Amino acid sequence: MTVVAPDETPLAQQRQQRLRLWLLLAPGALWLFFFFVLPLLIVMLYSFATPGPTGNVIWQFNFDSYITLVGKDLYFNAYYRSLWVGIQTTVICLLVGYPLALYMTLAEPKQRNLLLFLVLIPFWTNFLVRTYAWMIILSNNGLINDLLQMLGFAKQLLYPSAGAVLVGLIYGNLPFMVLPLYASLARFDFTLMEASADLGAGRWRSFWRIMFPLTVPGVVAGSVLVFIPTVGQFVVSDLLGGSKVDLLGNLLQRLFTRSNPPNWPLGSALALVFMFVLTVIVIIYFRTTTEEDR
Amino acid sequence: MIDVPVPASRPPSDTRSTIGRRLLGLNAWLTYIFLYAPIVILVLFSFTTDTFGVRWTGFTLDWYVRLARDTRMINATINTLWVALVATIISTVCGTLLALAMERYRFRGRNGMDALLYLPIVIPEIVMALALLAFFSFAFGLLESLTGIKLRMNIWTVIISHVAFCISFVVVVVRASLKGFDMRLEEAGADLGADPQTIFWRITLPLIMPGVIGGALLAFTLSLDDFIISFFTVGPGTNLLPVEVYGRVKRAITPSINAISTIMLLVSMTLVFLSQFVQRQRD
Repeated sequence: MTVVAPDETPLAQQRQQRLRLWLLLAPGALWLFFFFVLPLLIVMLYSFATPGPTGNVIWQFNFDSYITLVGKDLYFNAYYRSLWVGIQTTVICLLVGYPLALYMTLAEPKQRNLLLFLVLIPFWTNFLVRTYAWMIILSNNGLINDLLQMLGFAKQLLYPSAGAVLVGLIYGNLPFMVLPLYASLARFDFTLMEASADLGAGRWRSFWRIMFPLTVPGVVAGSVLVFIPTVGQFVVSDLLGGSKVDLLGNLLQRLFTRSNPPNWPLGSALALVFMFVLTVIVIIYFRTTTEEDR
Repeated sequence: MIDVPVPASRPPSDTRSTIGRRLLGLNAWLTYIFLYAPIVILVLFSFTTDTFGVRWTGFTLDWYVRLARDTRMINATINTLWVALVATIISTVCGTLLALAMERYRFRGRNGMDALLYLPIVIPEIVMALALLAFFSFAFGLLESLTGIKLRMNIWTVIISHVAFCISFVVVVVRASLKGFDMRLEEAGADLGADPQTIFWRITLPLIMPGVIGGALLAFTLSLDDFIISFFTVGPGTNLLPVEVYGRVKRAITPSINAISTIMLLVSMTLVFLSQFVQRQRD
């Protein structure tokens, strides 16, 4: 038996509301489902498939790709190297970025906006172009080599090299470190430092015991934002490192397009593991910081 | 896009050590030089007469003139602008609607949607690029075996992919502008007899317009500068600017690349200034 609502307007209104919500959600949600969620699911499917002899994919499902990922020294070396380059880049960005962010926070308001804007500009400009600029500077007849010769030193092969890659990575990712650090430091209550000094703590001690712990969320956010794109990119290591420096990004690119034959199942497995590990790191980060904040 | 809080309080000047301040200042100066020297050098060397483009040997506009005759590069530029334009329009519309849904409604799966929206920002770009490559190849293969229609990756696969990663950024920016929205304005409109459509077009949209424009500018910049996703989703037939530049850079440094890079930098910077200007207007 159906119950007829005595007053139909609330029901109609509710239905209209739901329709409106559906209309707002549908275009974006469907787009993300088809062109973001579905592609990730297909990568998952590929990762269990078998690579064919010509780079094609055979639909026989197994765990072989995952076993290769853990089993082969080649891949272990690549993770290790990737991780190491990522850590080096992150630490140097932190060492340069923290004092810079502090300087920005302490500056006069007008100057502060300018300083912030100057960090933002490289953040928005093309990564490829910025990497290319370093090729010019470091090239065989470039500025640094001219300078070396002027000072009486011999010419150096500055790129391709691991050092050039590191410089390029720091250059490209530094803004990602500075911005969250600045946001964190700007919320810091500097009277705490005075209180600490009044109680007899030295400057250095006050920094490590008070300022640094309170800005840890910014440090972690900056580190995550630098680390993820660093290990995932292949442009800087490709252009400034030749094929000497292999990051996970280079390995992925090769497995999908360049190696002979390409191995999509293995590439898919590597991409998924990479994404999974990073997502876990990000989740842990957000868990810990939200607990501190609230 | 970036939250810029005002410092809570500043220390009185006498508690700061001058040596510490000097060191901070030195570090800041060196870092800004580090950030800007390569850009300045790149721009400068787009005007050099040196055919290798790595030394200053005299002033010329030759490389820009050559660029104007480089049909490959011009085609690539037109394609890139077209991709950015279409991707911006679609992602701005979808993103603004999504932002409204997320801020105004409570519904089942809202938390899941929230997480989904952050994922394209968080996951490494290369993973997304490879996933899209795998998806298109899988979907086209399936389509061919089912219907016999042969499709290949082209400019539209790039546009689709760019929209997929730009939507999230638009949502973040528009949601931020919806946070401070005074709902009473809409209620007042309703009380005065306006229907929902009128309220949306005459009250809501104009008020969140700075956010929408900010989101659109961000999407346009992201799409214009994107290399990784374009590289994997473009297919052999279409030429895009960052992909073309990458291909040439891999071969050699030339002053022509310096020139096109300079133009790309100039466009990006103009967009940053524009977006800052829009944000100022909002404040």
